Amino acid sequence: MPTHESPSIRLKTIAGFSIQYLQFMDHHGNLTQAIPNDITPETLLKLYRAMTLTRLFDTKAINLQRTGQMGTYPSCHGQEAIGAAIGLMMRKEDVFYPYYRDHATFLLRGTPMSDILTYWGGDERGSAFESQPDNQDFPICVPIADQCLHAAGGAFAFQYRNQKRVAVTTIGEGGTSQGDFYEAINLAGAWQLPVVFVVNNNQWAISTPIHAQTACKAIAQKAIAAGFEGIQVDGNDVIAMIHSMKYALDKAREGKGPTLIEAITYRICDHTTADDAKRYIPPKEFDAAFAFEPLKRLRAYLEKELGWDDTQEQAMLKELNDELQAIVKQFLERPKAAITDMFDYLYETLPEQFISQREELTAWNNIND
Amino acid sequence: MTNITLVEAVNQALAYEMAHDENVVVFGEDIARNGGVFRTTVGLVEKFGPRRVLDTPLAESMIGGIAIGMSAQGLKPVAEFQFMGFIYPAIDHILNQASRMRNRTRGRLSCPIVFRAPYGGGIHAPEHHSESTESIFAHIPGLRVVIPSSPARAYGLLLAAIRNPDPVVFLEPKRIYRWVKQEVLDDGNALPLDKCFVLREGSHITLITWGAMIKETLEAAEELSKKGIHAEIIDVATLKPIDYDTILQSVEKTGRCVIIHEAARHCGVGAEIAATIAEQGIFFLRAPIKRVTGYDTVMPYYKMEKCYLPSTHKITTTAQQLMEYA
Ligand SMILES: Cc1ncc(C[n+]2csc(CCOP(=O)(O)OP(=O)(O)O)c2C)c(N)n1
Repeated sequence: MPTHESPSIRLKTIAGFSIQYLQFMDHHGNLTQAIPNDITPETLLKLYRAMTLTRLFDTKAINLQRTGQMGTYPSCHGQEAIGAAIGLMMRKEDVFYPYYRDHATFLLRGTPMSDILTYWGGDERGSAFESQPDNQDFPICVPIADQCLHAAGGAFAFQYRNQKRVAVTTIGEGGTSQGDFYEAINLAGAWQLPVVFVVNNNQWAISTPIHAQTACKAIAQKAIAAGFEGIQVDGNDVIAMIHSMKYALDKAREGKGPTLIEAITYRICDHTTADDAKRYIPPKEFDAAFAFEPLKRLRAYLEKELGWDDTQEQAMLKELNDELQAIVKQFLERPKAAITDMFDYLYETLPEQFISQREELTAWNNIND
Repeated sequence: MTNITLVEAVNQALAYEMAHDENVVVFGEDIARNGGVFRTTVGLVEKFGPRRVLDTPLAESMIGGIAIGMSAQGLKPVAEFQFMGFIYPAIDHILNQASRMRNRTRGRLSCPIVFRAPYGGGIHAPEHHSESTESIFAHIPGLRVVIPSSPARAYGLLLAAIRNPDPVVFLEPKRIYRWVKQEVLDDGNALPLDKCFVLREGSHITLITWGAMIKETLEAAEELSKKGIHAEIIDVATLKPIDYDTILQSVEKTGRCVIIHEAARHCGVGAEIAATIAEQGIFFLRAPIKRVTGYDTVMPYYKMEKCYLPSTHKITTTAQQLMEYA
């Protein structure tokens, strides 16, 4: 409240806040500060590999959609560092509550990427993770922000049982306008829950730019209102991403409460294959964003610091393309699901009333085939 | 007069009413700059400006809630939910506030709101984008529920919904957004909000439906006519209140009826219609009332949605079975 007009009114400051920003590597792959000792060349190569495979996977998935072999698909082009950092730093026993742009996280958590294609191919079995019977990760969350509360609930269960596990959830910056997001962070603060909220701030929620979404200077400041730490990170700098993930996960595991990580990035792709970003993103802005994307700079860094060369790059690409081919093959060759699946997983035991509908379904489908 | 699709008819009605009533404001996610994900609001922000055509932040409870405050101030909010699957955070406002305000304040305040949402399956959409949960809204006292199934009806019914003094849930069958083009006069004429539409007259059997299932039902009637069975088709259009006079007159004439809807069967609006026919027209019936509906399961993700949706063949066969009763 300005006091210059009534100097007799005195106010005293009872609290002050600031938001910190973390970056290690600029968009040319030059270090802006020394990187932490625990970040090894092996780690960076592993991330580079995962991010590259994610990029190839995205391109392939869009292609499958365009050729009618898959449904609507949300690419994570340009945002690979976020998912990769989450996937690498989470422990197996942690639980992931994803949104829909987390392909790199699934990859690094060992979820078969063919399952992800199966999912976007319109088949619920893509969320079954059949090859990982112990996997407790949630399926991709389409209704935006629901997942934040699920993560808070999961985190409560870990806290309740004294387990050193962490719930990690992701959301777009647009999604942080939802009540469910605010309710989740509020509770996480109040109960000091072991949960990490990662916000993929790719500047756009479909056609809505961030300045139309919020008057906040940073999404990270929303955590301040919830009483815990929010940090802004260069989300295209995978080193900054893994460092902040490690910090937030360790903190949660030690019982020191939640963290919000705002990862600054840019959606250098359509919102989904059903969208056309040219309708609303100024082409200059869109094109400029490619200079900041995460893979290019990591490669530049690897070349400079680890002598990564074209031969190694080509060898890696060959391996990854083979891997991708196998993924796609597995997806395309997956036998059709039984239509009765739509009843057989509805309840543990299908109530008597609906058994006749299950029969009706089978009878009619035979006629139609 | 031009030939337009259902999408364009929605757009035309919004534009007409905005031009004639400055209290009308339109808002929702991605509706201004992007013109809506289905393009129903294309061009409106250019015509009427960003104070009347607003891109909101991404929050449906907010969209539902602000509409209540706006409407009680005499504005006429037309609130868009990007898909019906995302309207549920606003149910609190629709059910606990909009539908009850007039009653709670004994007429002092009211909520003339239109809650618009595209709904239904069959377009290979992601999970949660294909459900038909109209009966949830039809169950709420104080609401009106309207579903257009042609460009002309979309135009006339949307105008009526905006002009209506009470809250209206206006559900747009997205599978037929671009199915047919029709001449629609942009004359500002509204259609009644309590009348069924008889789309085809026939004397043998009444087919009662709404929304995108109109398409399969019309096809079925065509098939049936080849077999000498003349079906009458009723587009219910207003699911609350329902025009039972038209339905009962038709059933009195034909003595047989099939109710067809995409939504799950249990507690679907078809159950309500069947119950009323049984209560008020049981002696007209020469055969049992039949329902051809979606199954009582979660709307399958798109690979299996076709097995879920009622087919033309199923409607035809069911109608033929009913014809076998003397
Ligand atoms: C509750 C809800 N409302 C609306 C939608 C439709 N929708 C899907 S993605 C999206 C924009 C999301 O933007 P943001 O949260 O910034 O994440 P991004 O997609 O950019 O990663 C919208 C409105 C939805 N899926 N869920």
